[in-house]
Amino acid sequence: MKKNIKKNGKVTNIFLSGVGGQGTILASNILAEVFLKAGYDVKKAEVHGMAQRGGDVTTHFRFGKKVYSPIIKYGDVDFLLSFELLESIRYINWVKPEGKIVINNQEIFPPAVNLGMAQYPQDVEKAFKKYFKENVHLVNGQEIAKNLGNMQAANVVLVGAFSNFFPEIKDEQWIEALKTLLAPKLHDLNIKAFYEGKKAL
Amino acid sequence: MKKEIMQGNAAVARGAWEAGVKVAAAYPGTPSSEILRDIADTYPEIYPEWAPNEKVAVEVAAGAALTGIRAMAAMKHVGLNVAADPFMTLAYTGIKGGMVIVVADDPNVHSSQNEQDSRNWARFAKVPMLEPADGQECKDFTKMAFEISEKFDTPVLLRTETRVAHSDSPVVQGEREETTTPIGLDPKDTPKYVMVPINVRVRRKVVEERMKKLEAYADKFKYNVMEINDTKIGVISSGVSYLYTKEVFPEWSYLKLGMVWPLPKKMIAAFFKKVKKVIVVEELDPFLETEIKAMGYKVFHGKDVIPNMYELSPEIVERSLKGKAYKPPKIRVKPEDLPRRPPNLCAGCSHRPLFYALKKLGAYVFGDIGCYTLAAAPPLQALHSCICMGASVGMAHGAMKALGNEGLGKVCAVIGDSTFLHGGVTPLMDVVYNRGNSTTIILDNRITGMTGHQEHPGTGFTIRQEPTHMIDYEELGKALGIKSIRKIDPYDIKGCMEIIGEEMAKNEPSLIVCKNSPCMMLRRAKPLERFKNPFYVIDTDKCRGCRMCLEINCPAISWRAGEGETKDGHKRKGTVYINRDQCVGCEVCTQICKFEAIVPGQK
Repeated sequence: MKKNIKKNGKVTNIFLSGVGGQGTILASNILAEVFLKAGYDVKKAEVHGMAQRGGDVTTHFRFGKKVYSPIIKYGDVDFLLSFELLESIRYINWVKPEGKIVINNQEIFPPAVNLGMAQYPQDVEKAFKKYFKENVHLVNGQEIAKNLGNMQAANVVLVGAFSNFFPEIKDEQWIEALKTLLAPKLHDLNIKAFYEGKKAL
Repeated sequence: MKKEIMQGNAAVARGAWEAGVKVAAAYPGTPSSEILRDIADTYPEIYPEWAPNEKVAVEVAAGAALTGIRAMAAMKHVGLNVAADPFMTLAYTGIKGGMVIVVADDPNVHSSQNEQDSRNWARFAKVPMLEPADGQECKDFTKMAFEISEKFDTPVLLRTETRVAHSDSPVVQGEREETTTPIGLDPKDTPKYVMVPINVRVRRKVVEERMKKLEAYADKFKYNVMEINDTKIGVISSGVSYLYTKEVFPEWSYLKLGMVWPLPKKMIAAFFKKVKKVIVVEELDPFLETEIKAMGYKVFHGKDVIPNMYELSPEIVERSLKGKAYKPPKIRVKPEDLPRRPPNLCAGCSHRPLFYALKKLGAYVFGDIGCYTLAAAPPLQALHSCICMGASVGMAHGAMKALGNEGLGKVCAVIGDSTFLHGGVTPLMDVVYNRGNSTTIILDNRITGMTGHQEHPGTGFTIRQEPTHMIDYEELGKALGIKSIRKIDPYDIKGCMEIIGEEMAKNEPSLIVCKNSPCMMLRRAKPLERFKNPFYVIDTDKCRGCRMCLEINCPAISWRAGEGETKDGHKRKGTVYINRDQCVGCEVCTQICKFEAIVPGQK
């Protein structure tokens, strides 16, 4: 692993977006734990506070040999990992032309849509595919998690799907991070969620 | 050495622990709240407390430091406004054990009422200020701040901000070192701590002499670092602004200041000699720039191109410094065309029905700081001011004095339980003392809500969950001299309208306390137990699509457009829909529906 880092001085930028309560922050904590243990420098930035009350939540996660800014430069996102459709399209301009996108196929209406004053964007997938072609992946996180018996695990399903982009990281490293960050009673469910997610992409 | 990923706030807590801190006090405030939580949860050697407000937190830390131990107080930027009184004079007295005040700024006001730049406090109070950029520096600078505090006999400010406090990065873990200063109170020190004019004049001079010594120290301070690369351009910066600039222009030379007050004058002079042009990159005020210009230097770029408001980012730094040469990324979708997702009160929140009642009453509502400030947003729009912690009570009193009898029945103040205890008790005393007639409503949800559930003197628990005395708001109101004290159930809209209407009309001070209305996320209070049914559904035979229930902005209720009619033939343009996963059965919408179209759902 140390060798890999020397060869590749570049920093990888992962942008996570979702809605308060979806577990975006846990997902980013898993990434941070995995890439730190794999020998990289990591930085992660998020906004707490009022975002907890159903607002949009974003996390910037970066890893590489040496990471300076905790915030990704606008337009420099290598991977967009989004937990909700509207919150994915909101950040479409942030992604590099060759960037990869994983989206949880879920709609959560914001207040203006609930009130009938705005339309929920249609064809989010189409909009992404227009620019990113085969690099766009939709995952039915809720459905997969529901089949496992707990919708709350949808975030880890997404992490599992996302793990496919990093073949150099072994499954055990992801599982180890899950175990470090979650209470023991949640281990079985989330390990299953990780593997189901991995298969889904 | 063990490396762990730590949030900036957790790293500050770790630094305090490693520095041998024994007492830490705070009032929660984004983005600083996690510091004390982390201390309480992780480090048994430190006594932690949630103080009722930041002024008390600083006083508690000061008293502890006066005995010779190391002590810390933590707060958000506006918290230091509250604590300014003890802080400004502690700068004169100095301390005995190390004392550090952590102040967390919020550029771009992610969750605050203003965007002040706390570096100005350091210059104003004549105390040193350190500014870390990431987790490792949060820990290292916290430890260093205690050393400086003891070496120079001064409180030290540690300034973080949202992108430092709420960023995670690897931190090398160290061990705790106990301090060696003897512990005890010595009456011989009295002239140093009794700030009456004769003693103040002595200390006033000490402060100026101390600043001179600190200036000399700043030139040797190991976290003021010069990095000489390409000498065409040199950047003077600090904190996260340095990281953003370094990210975009790694080839330039840098003077990174770990101590932002006082400034290292010799080091700055040397930097100007080494590089051809100097750019100052800093968030918010031109603090460094003004000082550097006052030293007589010519700054190539500073606030002429770098914005003096909101937060910086790698993009903003690049755009500002490259000017026309900056190439923005391609716009694929215009983000302004997408519906925004502002924060909203939770489904079932007791603030929702209360503010609906206030709206129906047509009251002018003086608001305060907390989740309930969200009631100002459409469609509720039932809160009309929000200035600072506790302001609602005094402002309603002032408005009533101005309006006279015209104001009766039209004005009230609303304030959360934690906010009331922070800054609402004193103005309520004023209402009674000065023969006022305003109405104050305490929105008691049994916890400090918005910052993530911190205990306070009204919850009955300390930060470490030890049971303690619980303030009774009605008894407190009585002690202040209020005669008209009422209880309301915020979930009973009609009852609220009656009681609040009566109290606002009375020509005497009134206090109204919300009862049985815990925060929806406060599990120990079992907030769902009071609701009869687990969720409600729309009877589409009856829903006329009148949209009345949408007025409460419940996240569980949405509009479904589509022409149709009710069973008894009323034409409609759509119906509402209740998301059963989000509905908690609070029955607020059922009180608003005139057509009995909202009915209990079956599991």
